[in-house]
Amino acid sequence: MNAIIISAIWGVLLMFSGAFLKNKSIPKYLALFGAVLALSSTCLEMKTGHSFFSFPVFDMIKTDAFNLLFIDVIFFIMVIYFLLNADEISKVGQHVAEYYALIFFILSGIAIAATFNTLLMLFIGIEIISIPLYILTGSDKRNLKSNEAALKYFLMGAFSTGIMLMGIALVYGGNPNASFYIDKIDMGHGQMPVFIAMGLVFMLVSMSFKVSAAPFHFWTPDVYDGAPTVFTSFMSTVVKAAGFFAFLRLFENAFGSMHNQWQTMVAWITFATLMIGNITAVFQQSVKRMLAYSSIAQAGFMMLAVFALNVKAKEGILLYTAAYSLATIGIFGVLSKMQDYTIDGFNGLGKTKPLMALAATIFLLSLTGIPLTAGFQSKFFLLISAVENGNHIWLVIAAVLFAAISAYYYFRIIQAMYFKSPESEEQIVYPVSIGHTFMLLVIATLILVIGIYPELVIGWMYR
Amino acid sequence: MDIKAYIALSLVLFTIGIVGVLVRRNAIIIFLCVELMLNAVNLLLVAFSKMHALSPAAKASANFAGDAQIFVFFIMVVAAAEVSVGLAIIVMMFRNVHTVDINFLNRLKN
Repeated sequence: MNAIIISAIWGVLLMFSGAFLKNKSIPKYLALFGAVLALSSTCLEMKTGHSFFSFPVFDMIKTDAFNLLFIDVIFFIMVIYFLLNADEISKVGQHVAEYYALIFFILSGIAIAATFNTLLMLFIGIEIISIPLYILTGSDKRNLKSNEAALKYFLMGAFSTGIMLMGIALVYGGNPNASFYIDKIDMGHGQMPVFIAMGLVFMLVSMSFKVSAAPFHFWTPDVYDGAPTVFTSFMSTVVKAAGFFAFLRLFENAFGSMHNQWQTMVAWITFATLMIGNITAVFQQSVKRMLAYSSIAQAGFMMLAVFALNVKAKEGILLYTAAYSLATIGIFGVLSKMQDYTIDGFNGLGKTKPLMALAATIFLLSLTGIPLTAGFQSKFFLLISAVENGNHIWLVIAAVLFAAISAYYYFRIIQAMYFKSPESEEQIVYPVSIGHTFMLLVIATLILVIGIYPELVIGWMYR
Repeated sequence: MDIKAYIALSLVLFTIGIVGVLVRRNAIIIFLCVELMLNAVNLLLVAFSKMHALSPAAKASANFAGDAQIFVFFIMVVAAAEVSVGLAIIVMMFRNVHTVDINFLNRLKN
C-alpha cells in the first residue's frame, strides 16, 4: 500500500518539478530519493504489518510477506537502475523529468499488479503499467525505429487488453458468486463451467501477450529493438517480472483449484517460449536484438513458476526477478556505452576496458546460469519447483537443454571481448565515467553474493 | 429477452473487432476495432450483471450490488486514456512518414 501511494505521489511531484524547476539535474536526485523512500517504507510495512495510509480498500488490495517482498526487490532494483542509468535517461530527449514521472507511474502500477485481490485491480494495474510504457517506447520522437516500436507496442498492447477484458467478463458470467474477488471464483467440482473455462483461456492468452511468451511473443523483438536502450532495459526486466508476478498470482489464487486441467496448456506454452527464444537468439547479429530474444527465452524459465505453482516456485520467481533483472540491467548498461551494437562491436573490449569487460562477463555467465552466480540459483529453484510438481518431467529436461543452447549466444560476446582484436584502432566505446564502471562492478558483486547465498533474498519471506 | 441474445451480440461484436485488427492495414481502423472489442466487453458485463441480479442466489442476499456495472466505467476511463496516448503516437508516426498504413512499419525487420 505504501509503495502504491508514494510512487503515485512521486510521479506527480516529478512532473511538477519538470515544469517549474529549470535545473535539469534535480529530477534524477528526486527520483533516486523517491525509490529509496518507497523501498524503505515497504520494508517498514513488512516489519510492522501496517501501512502509513490506512483507508478502506474493501480487500481489493491484499498485502502479504510474499508480495511485499516482491515490491521490495523491484524498488531495490530501481535504485540500482537509477544510479546506473541517470546519465543515459537525460540523453534520450528534452523532457527528463517526464520520463522519471512516467517510470514512477509504472512503478505504482507494478505495486497494484503485485497486490491485487480482484480482477478489477488486476486490469487497472496492468493498464497503469502499459500506458506509460507506450510513451516511453516512443520517447525518441525523431527516430523512426522508436516511432514504429511505439505504434506496434500500442496496437498489440491494446489488443491484448481487449482479450483480457473479455476473459474477465466471461469469468464473471460463469461465476455463481457474481464476484470479481479472485478468492471468490467458484470453479465448480470436476468439470469447469464453460464460461470460466473460456475466460481462463482468454486470460492465459492475454497474460502471455503481456509477458511475451510464445506464440504471442512476435511484438517483443521489434519493440525492444526500437525503444531507447535505457527504457528497453527497464521494460525487459522490472516490467516483465511484474507481469509474471501478476500472472502467477492470478493463476494461483483464482484458478489454482483447477490446476491439473490447465497445466498441460501452460506446459506447451513454456516449451514453445523456451524453444523459440533460444533458437532464434542464436542467429542474431545485433546484441540488442539478441538480448530481446534472450528475454523471451528467460520468460520461458519464468513460465515454469506458473506451471508448477508451489512454494519453490514462489521463491524461484523472487530470485529470478532479482537475478535476471540485475544481470540484464548490467549488460544493457554496458551496451549503452558501445558505439556499435553488433557482436563485432565488442571485439577487444577486454583490453581497452578490462573492468567493464569483467562485469559484462559476470552478467553473461549469470544469464546463462553458471554456478556461483545468481542466475544459476534462480534457474535451479524453478527447475526444482517443476520437478516437485511431478507432472510433465520432459519439460524440465527440455529447459535444461535449452539453457545449454543459450550458452552459445551468450558466450559469443565473451569470446568477442577477450579473444578477438578490433578491426580498427579507433575508440570502440563512448567515454565511460568512473561512477558507471563502479556501479557495474557493484551489480556484478551483488550477482555473485546472491549466487552464493540466495537466502539473502528469499529469507525475508519467512521472518 | 433471453440473456443468450446479449451474449451472442457481444461475441459477434468482439469477433468483428478481432478480425478487423488482424486484416485491416490502417492504424486508425485497427484502433477503432480495438475499441469495438472493449465495447463488446462492456455490453457483456452489463448483461451478466443483470443476469446475476435476477438469479435466486441474489434474491436471498441483499449484498449483490452491480460490481460489473462499476467495472464498465473503469473500462471506459482506461479506454479514454488509451485513446489519448494512442492517437498521439499515431500523429507522431504520421509526421515522420506521412502515412498511417502499418505496411510501412518494416524498418525493424532487418
